[in-house]
Order: sequence, then structure tokens, then C-alpha cells
Amino acid sequence: MATTYRTCPVSGLQFEDQAEKLMRWNAVAGVLWLLVGGITALLVILTRWPAIKLLPADQFYLILTAHGIDMLILWILFFEMAVLYFASSTLLRCRLATPKIAWLGFWLMVVGGIMANVAIFQGESSVMFTSYVPMQAAPHFYLGIILVAVGALLGVAVFFGTLVVAKKDKTYQGSLPLVTFGALTAAIIATFTILAGAGILLPTFLWSVGLIKEIDAQLYRMVWWGLGHSSQQINVAAHVSVWYLTAAVIFGAKPLSEKVSRFAFLLYILFLQLASAHHLLSDPGMSAEWKVLNTSYFMYFAVMASMIHGFTVPGAIEAAQRRKGYTNGLFEWLRKAPWGNPVFSGMFISLVSFGFLGGISGVVLGTEQINMLMHNTFYVPGHFHTTVVTGTTLAFMSITYLLVPVLFRREMILPKLCQIQPYLFGISMSVLGLVMMGAGTLGVSRRHWDMAFSGAPFQYEWPGAAYLMMGLTGIFGVIAVIGGGLWILLVVGSLLFGKKLDGGKVSDRPTPIPGNTQAASAVAHGSDHVPVPGTVVLALLLFVCFVLYYFVNWKYLSEVWLLS
Amino acid sequence: MSAILPPSDRLWWKQPIDKVEWAWIAIAFVWGMIMFAMMIYWHVYGKQNLSNEAYKTTPEMFAAKAEKFIAENTVRTETDQNIPVVKVPAGGDGYLIARLWAWYPILELEKGQTYKIHLSSMDYNHGFSLQPVNINIQVIPGYEHVVKMTPTKEGTYAIVCNEYCGIGHHSMLGRIYVK
Ligand code: HEM
Ligand SMILES: [Cu+2]
Ligand SMILES: [Cu+2]
Repeated sequence: MATTYRTCPVSGLQFEDQAEKLMRWNAVAGVLWLLVGGITALLVILTRWPAIKLLPADQFYLILTAHGIDMLILWILFFEMAVLYFASSTLLRCRLATPKIAWLGFWLMVVGGIMANVAIFQGESSVMFTSYVPMQAAPHFYLGIILVAVGALLGVAVFFGTLVVAKKDKTYQGSLPLVTFGALTAAIIATFTILAGAGILLPTFLWSVGLIKEIDAQLYRMVWWGLGHSSQQINVAAHVSVWYLTAAVIFGAKPLSEKVSRFAFLLYILFLQLASAHHLLSDPGMSAEWKVLNTSYFMYFAVMASMIHGFTVPGAIEAAQRRKGYTNGLFEWLRKAPWGNPVFSGMFISLVSFGFLGGISGVVLGTEQINMLMHNTFYVPGHFHTTVVTGTTLAFMSITYLLVPVLFRREMILPKLCQIQPYLFGISMSVLGLVMMGAGTLGVSRRHWDMAFSGAPFQYEWPGAAYLMMGLTGIFGVIAVIGGGLWILLVVGSLLFGKKLDGGKVSDRPTPIPGNTQAASAVAHGSDHVPVPGTVVLALLLFVCFVLYYFVNWKYLSEVWLLS
Repeated sequence: MSAILPPSDRLWWKQPIDKVEWAWIAIAFVWGMIMFAMMIYWHVYGKQNLSNEAYKTTPEMFAAKAEKFIAENTVRTETDQNIPVVKVPAGGDGYLIARLWAWYPILELEKGQTYKIHLSSMDYNHGFSLQPVNINIQVIPGYEHVVKMTPTKEGTYAIVCNEYCGIGHHSMLGRIYVK
């Protein structure tokens, strides 16, 4: 099929026509879902804020179901499709394999997403995005999600196909770029995740239309989390790739070691599937041996992988900055970083918040016995708003500041507001995550409409500190919604009203990535090794926080009732 | 040259790994193993481990056992709904039913005694969340989970349901007395 290739004059990136259109449509669809998700977020937060308690119970559960689906599944997945096409067709400078199938995937996802939302807003499907059986939603709720999954699977297949095209057309030499490699990991995890999803959602759909009589409630939880957990690993692999991408674009940073970074991505694939167990730690149907083995021994390799990326990403930035001459003291490289550039500031806040808050809380939450202190409390959404929101969502938001000029050929409007948006959103969301975890530590439940238990035969008064935490949740939640809304406004505003930029030269053949010059490979042979003491200090700080917080929780555990 | 280009060194896997990176990988690995060992250590020496004892059951079977337990051990009733308060024999078995939207019955325990509390659900998933102790256990229909508990302090405790179970979820509050 005839197609054209455009070389962006700003970035030098080369966009194939079909891939470019698909990236744009997927990104825009993602942003629209984020808008719906953001409105639901505001309603959720204003209801959980005890002083306001906006919605009645039925509407709260309906809206919370929509929030989970629209944010976690739709916003993230659509954006990830754009990332996959970017990492394959754009970075490898080749045409997209079978664009027709990619479009089919896109429209399936759109139809599925709308279908699931219709089911939710009709009111018969307030089952939360986890839809634990035997609570039942309307059939088109499950069908919608299945269509989204099938659409995503097609997108993933096109990604794989595109890698083959690049290889065949020899548009690059040697190995895949690291960012593409990271996206490849995400795509591989996505493949078996979606298959696990099919394994559980198809029977559940059949059950909802009456063709299957019963689904075991424990089995459902086990297979569902095969989907639910590993899909989070797709997100991690994707946002880590975006971190590397940002470091490369802003600083020209190269990985400290290709081998280490790639190995760490590989660990995600090898050990992730097993981590679904950490959602079942307080369940009856599994043995302690199974829980310990699956969550820990194996999962800790995935943790190790994240710790490695948490070191190599800032390390690569530090090395690049030091090469440029910012060598004073431990942190001149960081102080002199472009903090006014939202692409960088967003990425760095994402890195820090994901590491210090999301990462540490996740491992503690995923410790077999400690899980009993937090299972199903507000701690859990607190934790994942510092992974999938300050981690993934913020990384995606910040890379968009780059994509708008490069991909959509528009200048960002209101640059001053663009500068503050990552801080506003990133910091308020991090604090939100913290106070949610605080409330959870005091026992407050997630997915719970009324802390006063109206209509219950008894009374229970939460400690005052729990109310304080929930009040702070309300305040920082509203600020976070403003920060997120500002991003949507800036992006949509720029797409509509931003200054049009020159698209650059269009040609009907791709220009391959030039091969290495002798000089470049000489440099690569370690002769330019730069020590990264600042990163070492940051990493050790993370480690100390990690160890302290981990053992504090064992201490808490040792103080509760005895259980055996 | 950078993460968005193919590695400039085509033999990137032969490049030596820097000492600092090795050290960090080693720290991460050892820490992972410590965390792994910690869970096993706690199974051997710790006093808070979630029981492994669980059986497949049905709502009818579990309700029958619970009703028998309630009939034999009720000491009084409370609230205008006449919810039975059931004294669990010291060291014996107690039954707690989770259903839309109540924890049934009220249990009475003694400090320092160990009880086998049987948990199951009659309908959807529920969440046993003992407050203010903050112990949280998933309760799943079709499974009877036998949890050994030893209260360490006297008082009146609440059981909050912390797994979403429908429109009355927030009113699903139960009670345990510890004497
Ligand atoms: C913009 C600001 C946001 C605010 C203020 C917010 C607030 C909240 C709150 C308070 C809850 C817990 C409700 C409860 O358990 O009672 C929640 C749940 C959740 N949020 Fe957000 N959120 C925001 C953005 C996001 C984003 C960007 C994502 C995903 C990428 C996300 C994914 C989720 C998910 C998956 C749940 C769990 C829903 C469930 O329990 O079924 N949120 N959110
Ligand atoms: Cu319940
Ligand atoms: Cu409930």
C-alpha cells in the first residue's frame, strides 16, 4: 500500500502517514476517556469527603465503577496503543504493518468502551471494574470489555507485525532501541494478559446471559487477577519506556548499560504473571505456601527490575548532564535540569513518586502477612494512585507536551500554565495517595459510601485521625482533578487553537536510521564512562525508606490479635 | 547513542557492567531475598498468620452449621432486631455468617482464649474488617474459612464489610465483644 513519510523538523522523528493518524486518534480517544474519568473522579472524591458526601449510595457505586473502567482500562489502553505505534513505526522508521487491522482494533475498542459505559450508566452494572462473581452486571458490560480487549490484542499484533516489517525492510541496524524493547515487553505481557482476560470474561459473559450456571467465586478472583495484575505490568513497562524516551529526547541520555536495562525489562516478562497472587493474600482458597512462593520469591524479581530501572533512568540523565559539564557536587546535574520544561518535570515527578510512594507501598502491601492490615482498605487505592496515576498517567501526560508539537504539529498554548501543570497534578496526586494510605492504615474501607454506617444496627466511630485523612483526601483530590483538568484543557486547547507548525518534508520512502559511524562505536566502548554519585545517593535514600517502612509494618502487625 | 536509537555498540551485551550498577543489582537482589525470608520466618516465629484451613461448602451447609451453633450457645439478644449474642466456648468453634447486609450473629469472646472462627458468605464476596484492630480477610461464597483468633484486649469491636457487596454495603456492620 502506498504511504508517505514525514520527517518532523523539530525532532527529526519520522512519521509514517497511517501510523501517525492512528497515534493521533488513539491519543485523542484516550484524552476523551480521561475527561470522562476525571469527571467521575471529582464525583467520587466529593462523595468520599465526609463533610460533603455528594452522591447517594447507588449513584456513588455507579460512578465509581465508571471511574475504574474509564481510567484504568480505557484512558490507559488507548494511550498505550499510541505508544506502541510510536515505539515501532516511528522509532524504527518503517511503515505500519496492516493499518486496516489497526483501525479495526481501534474501532472495536471505541465500540466496546462505549458499550461498557452504556451498561454502567443504565445502572444495572455497578459491579466495580473487578466485577467479582456472583455479583452480576448486564451482559453488554462484559461484552464491551471483551471488545476492548480484542481490539487491544489486534493493536498489539500490529505492533509485532511492524517490528517484522522493520527487520525485513532493514530500516535499522543491530538491535532494537531500548524504548522499543521496553514497548515490546509491554506488548508481550499484554498478549498473555489479554488471553487470561478472555479466559475469565468469556465464561462470565456466558454466565450473564444464562448459558453457564455457576462460576466459582474464588476461581474467578484468581483468573481475573491474572488479567488485573499483569495489566498493571503493561503499564509499568510502558511508562518506564516513556521515562527512557524522555531522558533520551531531553538530555540525549543513553542507558548506563543496555544490558542491565534490557535484562530488567526481561524480568518483568519472566516473573510478572505470578504476582497476581498478591491480590489473593487474604483469601481462603489458597495455601500459605502458594501465596509466599507466588508473591515473593518470584515477584521480588519484578521488584528488583523496577529498582534497576529506578536507578538507571536517573543515572542516564545524570551521566548525560555531567558530560555536558554540570559536574559540581552531587546534584548540580539535577538542579540545572530543565525544571521549566513540563516534559522533564512531569517525568521526574513520575519517577520519584512511583519509586518512593507507589513502589514501596506496593511491596509492603504485597507481603503475605502484612496484607491483612490493608486488604481492601483505602490503602489499596492510595497505593495504586501512586503507581498508575503519578507513575503511568503523569508519564503519559508529560510526554504529550512533546507529542503535541511533533505529532499534532501544534504549539502548546499558554506555556506558563503548561509549566506548572505537572507540579500541580503530580504533587497533589502524590499527597492524595499518601493520605489515602494514611486513612487505610487506620482501617477506612475502600469502595464504601458512608463512614457513619447509616442504617446499620450498631455504631462504630472511626478515630478522629481517619476523618482528618479523609478530609485531606477530599482537598487534595479536588486539587488533583483541577491539575488533570488543566492538562486536558491545555492539550485540547492546543490541538484546536495552538499555532500550526511546519510539518516538514514528506517523502514516499522511509529514510532508514543511519548506521553507526566508527567514532560512535568507539565512544560506546566504555571510554566515556561517567560516575553517577548523585543517583547513588538517591537510590540509597530510597532503599533506606523502603527498609524502614517495611519493618515498621511488621511491627504494626505484631501488635494485632493473634492469628493462626 | 540514546535509548531511542539502536545501541551504538552492536555487541552491547559484551559491554562490561559498571561496579556501581552491579552493587545496586546485588542490593536489590539481597533485599528481595530478605523480604522472602521474612515471610517464612513469620510463619515459623510470628504470631499473626492467616489460617490455611478452608473447605468448599454451600450457603445451605454453612447456614445449617451456624444455626446449630447459635441455637446451642446464645446468651442473649441485642438491638431491636433481636440479633443473638453467642458466646463461643473457650477454645471452641464459632460461626460468622456474612450476607446482604449483615454479619450474623454477634460473637462474644474472652481475652487470651483461642477460637476457631468459621467464615463464609451466603451470597456475594464480603470483607471481614475487624476494627479498630484492623485485620482484613476476604470472605467468599462457597468457601468456609476457619481462622484461629486470639483476642489480646477487651472491648467492643466492629466488623466492617470492606468488600463492595451492593447498595447496602455501608450498613453491613457487625459486632464482637471481648470480655
Ligand atoms: C484525577 C484525579 C483522581 C482522583 C481525585 C481519584 C480519586 C479516586 C478515589 C478517591 C478512589 C477510591 C474510591 C473508593 O474506593 O471509595 C479512586 C478509585 C480508583 N481510581 Fe481514581 N482518582 C483520580 C484519577 C485516577 C486515574 C488517572 C486513574 C487511572 C489511571 C484512576 C484509577 C482508579 C481506579 C482503578 C480506582 C478503583 C475503583 C474501584 O475500587 O473499583 N484514578 N479514585
Ligand atoms: Cu458485605
Ligand atoms: Cu460489603
